[in-house]
Amino acid sequence: MAEALLRSNLLTRRFGGLTAVNGVSLAFHIGEVHAVIGTNGAGKSTLINMLSGEIPASGGSIHFDGQDITDWPQPKRARAGLGRSYQRTTIFPEFSVLENCRLCAQAALPRAWAVWESAQRCEASLAVAREALAAAGLADVAQRQAGTLSHGGKRQLEIAMCLATKPRVLLLDEPLAGMGAEETDRMLALLASLKATHAVLLVEHDMDAVFRIADRITVMVNGEVIASDVPAAIRSNRDVQTAYLGEGH
Amino acid sequence: MDLATFLVQCLNAVQYGLLLFLVASGLTLIFGIMGVINLAHGSFYMIGAYMAFVLAPWFGDWYLTKLLAGVILAAVFGYLLEWAFFSYLYQRDHLQQVLMTYALILVFEELRSLTVGNDVHGVQAPTWLAGGFKLGELMSYPWYRVFASVACIVLAVALYWVVNRTKLGMMIRAGASNRDMVRGLGIDIQRLYRIVFAGGVALAALAGMIAAPLSSVYPNMGGSVLIICFVVVVIGGIGSITGALIASLLVGFVDTFGKVFFAEFSGIGVYLLMAIILIWKPEGLMKQHGR
Amino acid sequence: MGAEHAATSASRFGRLVPLLGLAVLAALPAVLTPYTQDLVLKIAVFAIFALSLELLVGTTGLVSLGHAAFFGIGAYAAVLFTGGVGSLPAALAWLAGDGGAAPLLKLLALSVGFAALYALFVGALSLRTTGVYFIMVTLAFAQMAYFVFHDTKVGGGSDGIFLYAKPVLEIGGTTLIDLDRKSHFYYFTLGALAFTYGVLALVNRSRLGHALAGIRVNEQRMRAAGFRTYGYKLAAFVIAGALAGLAGFLVGVKDGAVNPELLSWHESGAVLLMIILGGIGSLRGAVLGAVAFTLLKELFQSEALLGPLAGHWQLTLGLTIIAFVALLPKGLIGLKQRLAGASHG
Repeated sequence: MAEALLRSNLLTRRFGGLTAVNGVSLAFHIGEVHAVIGTNGAGKSTLINMLSGEIPASGGSIHFDGQDITDWPQPKRARAGLGRSYQRTTIFPEFSVLENCRLCAQAALPRAWAVWESAQRCEASLAVAREALAAAGLADVAQRQAGTLSHGGKRQLEIAMCLATKPRVLLLDEPLAGMGAEETDRMLALLASLKATHAVLLVEHDMDAVFRIADRITVMVNGEVIASDVPAAIRSNRDVQTAYLGEGH
Repeated sequence: MDLATFLVQCLNAVQYGLLLFLVASGLTLIFGIMGVINLAHGSFYMIGAYMAFVLAPWFGDWYLTKLLAGVILAAVFGYLLEWAFFSYLYQRDHLQQVLMTYALILVFEELRSLTVGNDVHGVQAPTWLAGGFKLGELMSYPWYRVFASVACIVLAVALYWVVNRTKLGMMIRAGASNRDMVRGLGIDIQRLYRIVFAGGVALAALAGMIAAPLSSVYPNMGGSVLIICFVVVVIGGIGSITGALIASLLVGFVDTFGKVFFAEFSGIGVYLLMAIILIWKPEGLMKQHGR
Repeated sequence: MGAEHAATSASRFGRLVPLLGLAVLAALPAVLTPYTQDLVLKIAVFAIFALSLELLVGTTGLVSLGHAAFFGIGAYAAVLFTGGVGSLPAALAWLAGDGGAAPLLKLLALSVGFAALYALFVGALSLRTTGVYFIMVTLAFAQMAYFVFHDTKVGGGSDGIFLYAKPVLEIGGTTLIDLDRKSHFYYFTLGALAFTYGVLALVNRSRLGHALAGIRVNEQRMRAAGFRTYGYKLAAFVIAGALAGLAGFLVGVKDGAVNPELLSWHESGAVLLMIILGGIGSLRGAVLGAVAFTLLKELFQSEALLGPLAGHWQLTLGLTIIAFVALLPKGLIGLKQRLAGASHG
């Protein structure tokens, strides 16, 4: 396997006396959907927050494309190609669906100070936004106010906004949350199409979906990695069965 | 500067800091627990000072009784004010809270003007606290200032005890970090807020009463105290009583010694202190988790 | 199709309203008494002040309680650098004139420049905080500036200082603009208002403006997309401060005097009130709010209309603010929207 695009090395996070994430070392490659699963409180959210740069690490390091990004602030990581979507929908409800993506795409553009140029006519960001909306299947609702979308639509927009920043790594925090069967299928098809050109970290609770789409599964319990392997091996792993999937699975 | 003068200035700094702490602790509690930014907090200080003036002829030398009466009045006033006005502010955004409480300041100032007038008044310290003790050959430190400091220390200890050792205090601390959970535990959050608010008002008013003989009583005295209290809360961290204490004492020293060394520029010393803290530790000296 | 067409012509008309307003204002001197003309000028200056804050609060979502500092600095700069008054520190004294009529462009640049400089200092530090901390810190820094002019020799203390000669714009020996002449000052102020409105409209429609709006709605999301939000917020803060300085320059020249109360937190509260009165989130709201606030204050202070209550106008104003914020949180613009919505059913 080629060199990992995103790598964490003994990543640790402490909150006062509590160690939320303890020495987690994971690798994410292009062409691979790497799912991270675990019960509530296992440290998955903290892990993803450290990787995206929202909270600083207490120990360990993170490397992206060969560079040590451990101390980089979030915007810098995003511009370098680390995109993320959120578990709780964080779209801009009052803007149109297109504007939501266009704004995200704008982050990469230079000359932010050129105030005489109209944002609505910014072809560079509009083109990227339209591409992202098309990929996420939202092209026909581009002009709708984002707040009026269905829950599934909003989750799709979450992904579209992430794609609009032209990331190379996708850190997806429970993208399937609250979705029905049809919407889940659509999302999984999208992820399958994206994985060829991106490295995907998928934090999810929907076990069926995870086993359908993941190329690699890491299981976390109490902030530590207890297993990290191909899905078939995880399914038959004793420790995982007892700790997470329940007895007799 | 000789030792005696230095000691006097130190005592002044501590005394000023402690008085500030009384006002600031109320402010930081109210903000920490109810999430309301209250510009009118300085007005409670002013109300306390004017109460000291108005009640003086009735109580004469019964100073402690007067203070007690003032505290009770202020607490009742705070309780009613929360019920009638502040409870409606909790759901509103910061901008609206700022404007509503700013309007309250205007109302309080005018009511004060209508009832007591606009003159500056002195308030006498009680005779049993008159005079001072000798420090060195030339200086004498007023007993009243000692009383003020001691009173503030007693109150600070009482506040610490209530917040850290009583059931009420536990509810307060829980409410500061997780409002919804407290509600979920079946605690009457409305009454809790009302009590905390009344307590905050009483503390500020008491500080005003104690300060009255030292600084006299004048219009807009609430305004300057308020802004310094904001600085204290920013430096100490919102919701942190210990932070408020440390910050108050810091401000007390910077302000007192600033006047000695920098004369006309002394007024800005406190703000420079705040600027330095902002560069070094933007969340305040004692960051509260979960806020 | 029909509804869309109606919407476009409605917005086209909407865009004309500010221009119509400007035209009306330009024609006014012909029909107004000196008192009303002064009132219109006061409103225009406050409109610029309110518009500058609108960029911060309405567009970017930063509630600043210290905006008057930049207003006051702009005003004091205009007076101090004309010269002959106050006592500037040696490092700056060479910039001042001798007390005679001073070059307009230089004074304008110094007013706006120093306001922007202080905004850079205050913004750089206060933007390290958020929410309530930010409100308190901006207030504190404004108070710091207040003390400089109130307590030190720089200003004239609590009495303030007077401007004895108004700025002129001279090119090659001919006086093009003489702000001492009422008509010149009137049109200059109107021009400044049009300029401010225009610049802010441009900013709001630009990438910068859209980014600021995104920061207001969800700053975290913007950071996740790659925006260096601190820099954007600082830019908004400095532009707002500069424009407030422009308003300050005008108020200093208009009144021919400045005093520390221009930087007081009452002034900061007033301008905040103006934009919530008119309705946050629109430039028109800011202007409307300035109009409404100034007229309200005139009303409340008018003995002719309110008799003895006029002396206690702070009480009436305070109660009005409370009622207004409680009942009409979206301001006058919100009221208009509600009425329009009601009529469409």
